[in-house]
Amino acid sequence: MSLLSRPARTALVAGTAGLALVAAGCGSSEPSAPAAGGGTSAACAPFEKFGKHDGKKVSVYSSIRDTEADLFQQTWMPFEKCTGMKITYEGAGEFEAQIQVRSDGGNPPDLAFFPQPGLLQRFVAAGRLKPAPAEVKRLAEQNWSPDWAKYGTVDGTFYAAPLGASVKSFVWYSPGMFKEKGWAVPKTWDELMTLTDTIAGTGVKPWCAGIESGEATGWPATDWIEDVLLRELGPEGYDDWVAHKIPFNAPEVVAAVDKVGAILKNERFVNGGYGPVKSIAGTAFQEGGVPITEGRCALHRQASFYANFWPEGTTVAEDGDVFAFYLPGNDPAEKPVLGAGEFVGAFTDRPEVQAVQAYLATGDHANARMKLGTYVSANKGVDIANAQNPIDRLSIEMLHDPDTVFRFDGSDLMPAAVGAGTFWKGMTDWINGKDTTTVLDFIEASWPAS
Amino acid sequence: MNLDFDFAAEQPKLLQLLYGVVAFCAVVALLLLLLDRAPMRQRARLHAAVLLAPALLLLAIGLIVPAVRTTLLSFMSGDGASWVGLDNYVWMFTRPEAVTVLRTTLIWVALVPLLVTAVGLLYAVLVDGSRFESAAKSLVFLPMAVSFVGAGIIWKFVYAYRPEESEQIGLLNQVVVALGGTPRQWLLEPPLNTLFLIVVMVWIQAGFATVVLSAAIKGIPAEIVEAARLDGASPVQMFFRVTLPSIRPAVLVVLVTQSIGTLKLFDIVRTMTGGQFDTSVIANEMYNQAFRYGETGRGAALAVFLFALVTPIVVYQIRQRREAVR
Amino acid sequence: MTSVPPAAAAVRPGARQAARRVGKRLSGRAASAVAIVIAVLWTTPTFGLFLSSLRPEDQIKTTGWWSFFSDPQLTLENYREVLFGTSSSSGKMAGFLINSIVITIPSVLFPLAFAAFAAYALAWVPFRGRNGIYIGVFALQVVPLQMALVPLLSFFSEGVSVFGLQLMPAWELEGPARFAQVWFAHTCFALPFGVFLLHNFMSELPGELIEAARVDGAGHGVIFRRVVLPLIAPALATFGIFQFLWVWNDLLVALIFAGGTSESAPMTVRLAQMAGTRGNEWQRLTAGAFVSLVIPLAVFLSMQRYFVRGLLAGGVKG
Repeated sequence: MSLLSRPARTALVAGTAGLALVAAGCGSSEPSAPAAGGGTSAACAPFEKFGKHDGKKVSVYSSIRDTEADLFQQTWMPFEKCTGMKITYEGAGEFEAQIQVRSDGGNPPDLAFFPQPGLLQRFVAAGRLKPAPAEVKRLAEQNWSPDWAKYGTVDGTFYAAPLGASVKSFVWYSPGMFKEKGWAVPKTWDELMTLTDTIAGTGVKPWCAGIESGEATGWPATDWIEDVLLRELGPEGYDDWVAHKIPFNAPEVVAAVDKVGAILKNERFVNGGYGPVKSIAGTAFQEGGVPITEGRCALHRQASFYANFWPEGTTVAEDGDVFAFYLPGNDPAEKPVLGAGEFVGAFTDRPEVQAVQAYLATGDHANARMKLGTYVSANKGVDIANAQNPIDRLSIEMLHDPDTVFRFDGSDLMPAAVGAGTFWKGMTDWINGKDTTTVLDFIEASWPAS
Repeated sequence: MNLDFDFAAEQPKLLQLLYGVVAFCAVVALLLLLLDRAPMRQRARLHAAVLLAPALLLLAIGLIVPAVRTTLLSFMSGDGASWVGLDNYVWMFTRPEAVTVLRTTLIWVALVPLLVTAVGLLYAVLVDGSRFESAAKSLVFLPMAVSFVGAGIIWKFVYAYRPEESEQIGLLNQVVVALGGTPRQWLLEPPLNTLFLIVVMVWIQAGFATVVLSAAIKGIPAEIVEAARLDGASPVQMFFRVTLPSIRPAVLVVLVTQSIGTLKLFDIVRTMTGGQFDTSVIANEMYNQAFRYGETGRGAALAVFLFALVTPIVVYQIRQRREAVR
Repeated sequence: MTSVPPAAAAVRPGARQAARRVGKRLSGRAASAVAIVIAVLWTTPTFGLFLSSLRPEDQIKTTGWWSFFSDPQLTLENYREVLFGTSSSSGKMAGFLINSIVITIPSVLFPLAFAAFAAYALAWVPFRGRNGIYIGVFALQVVPLQMALVPLLSFFSEGVSVFGLQLMPAWELEGPARFAQVWFAHTCFALPFGVFLLHNFMSELPGELIEAARVDGAGHGVIFRRVVLPLIAPALATFGIFQFLWVWNDLLVALIFAGGTSESAPMTVRLAQMAGTRGNEWQRLTAGAFVSLVIPLAVFLSMQRYFVRGLLAGGVKG
């Protein structure tokens, strides 16, 4: 609620009309009138290329709920009005499971926003998804770097254009606290560890973390591991690890996990504001960094979207209450970026569905969405001026920088039984006391045979 | 305040409700008409067929077909493309993450029915005949009205943890701190955490046991009680020699329904720990495997194992009925 | 049923009195104390939830609800946000409330009727194989709901076809008509328990009553309506309450068959969404949970008398 209340309020007037539409749109009985006059006006000019689809309906299903979902729906309203179609949006916390049930049951949505390329691949392999039309492919190639486009491609066929994104390689801190204590933002891993030690010397536990997230508990810890692995093994080595060409319990993986363990499993260094190491497992990831605002913790590694989770009234800026720096590696010259995002997969190929797909791949859509509230996309058509906060701006700059080596969150690429199962579970057990080798052997053994 | 509630938009829904109720009346009327048309004495089978048809048809579609399909799937690979024989069952009994799930489920099914019955019986006996009986029973029954998800929220709040130096917001830790202990993360430490989840289930179900058993106690024939009283039985003797044997069938009903309900338990574990920290149970793991991980075969194998676990309960129940008929 | 003579539909006149005497003997002072302890233990968590739902957001998150007693601060803000919140995600509970009602009423009526018919046939219509059918229905209680979702969904969306022959078309339901799917699903899943419960009640009815009606020339339809139904009314109330609570509190079936939009989703779906992407929003969760609790609570309290009477009538004798 906190950060988003401002944009939500401005959109309220427009929103009420939209809500009435949603409420009234019980289908058959309601002829969709709004398109009638709007088609020719100037406001509709940008949407002309998507054609007219009067009275058509497109259903969209995703894991995005709550206020963020409202913002998406508001973003689409002009598009709906001008093309004459209606987009029914549905967001569910159980997206990953429900999409499987619906698809198996022959009742899939038209479009789904897949947060995991691995899941997308599974649906492609099962023959459920339609390849993206030429126009969507063209837009995706024009607007996204090849690194990104490849995650929407399965066996050489392009299926899904990316949508939003987040940058995960951030360490949140309090600029005020750093200034007061005379600490500097570290540029290398060694500097980071020295700083950690310095902070611990002042009697404050330097790091805070929380990995509790319902049935997804453990994912923030896997992000930690991935970020460090990406730095230790290099991008190619990381790709090999994700593809299971390097076993999960290989010595270099063990070393990387222990490197994280030097922070996350050290009672001197964690868990600021929450207690012993084990409290990491029980702390909700949304609350993991909050102690920074209370001065009881100095560092918190979490993605760009954590900007939304600070308590109300916290300013996110380089000179504000909190900000983030890039999680450094061994070599200050190498700055690989770990991130994540959604991909728009289509279960049907009706013209109106493809029109929505194309619209979502445009820079116009990303810009319109950004104007309404915090949002990051790797879409090159995005105008950085529209960014709602400094961290969004920084993220977009990193994503747009042609020199950036970008890698997707590995657990989202692996088979779900590992990436959303034993990897999460294993890291939770690891935090909860199990040793590195036991945990990694356990994860390795769970990797599907085929 | 903007109420933002358009009643006109709700009308189609209410109309649909009306259709539903009309359809209901029509179906019931049709069935009764068919029954009246068929002559009595002859063709009991025909009567039975009319009466059973709707239920059996729905059961076939909603439960029997899925059960058969699940059994077949349990011998297939995750994507349902090839036969893998007993692989999924081997996985279930050999992989540590699966074995933990089976063990936790057994703990649940061993403890919940016993605890629920014990608490329900104790409470029913204690409040029986007291002035506040019905109010007292309502209090314990109230949790039945709470959804499992709601119960999960309530108890997560009870078990909430805050570090030692700050103020506790969870009741349990507050009590511990007040008694001079240090706050703990109750849901993180196996095997105790499973017990804390079981408490939630017992909290919800004890009211059911109380109401059922209290009803049974009131049904004990006066003569028996009188005879025992004349024999000079103490309250405890009375309980074990008269009350308990007399309400044995009702106790069994509670045990059986609780066992089945516990085996299928899903929501409490899901909302409170997400199945982490060795608390996952079969129904939760089945859902994860089949839908989250795309390992349909493994999910199906777990489901089949669940059927198998219940078979003894069903057999026992049938035996009881046979005895009763005799 | 083993040691007790088959209980008649009505409670024997002396029984209540006798029962009271059993009670009196056990309810000493210690017994009352234990009873009070249990009652308090059982009520406290809900009370804590209720009190929390009335406290300001920052207080819920930093102090325990019991600190209300030393620093009483109450607000209706949480309820305002949940019930009338202007964002489409936090509020509009009213529309979902109507959905819940539209879903629940037929989902209780259909299984009541079908289970009563089936239970009657299994209890009082003599035909070969009825024991087998009863056992089968009983055993179906254990089929996990989760495994039935996919087949049932494809039954709705693809119809029934055997070897390419379409026996039944897809339902193709839109808008409010989708409620029918939810009713259907709930009815299927409720039948095993319903038949089990009502059969237990019905088989307890004295055979002489049925036989007498039969001698008078009444058919099964008449016997069912005139003799059996009035006698098992309390049992129907019992099953009806169970089914009501189950449907009202259900999340899984609604998620799959009703979807997540305000067109047809019930309150539980809304609540789950309100838990939101932002985690422990205790202030919304507590208020929302309490709102969803009020109606089942009211129904239960007002029906409690029938409920208990139903159980008293000897139906739970195994």
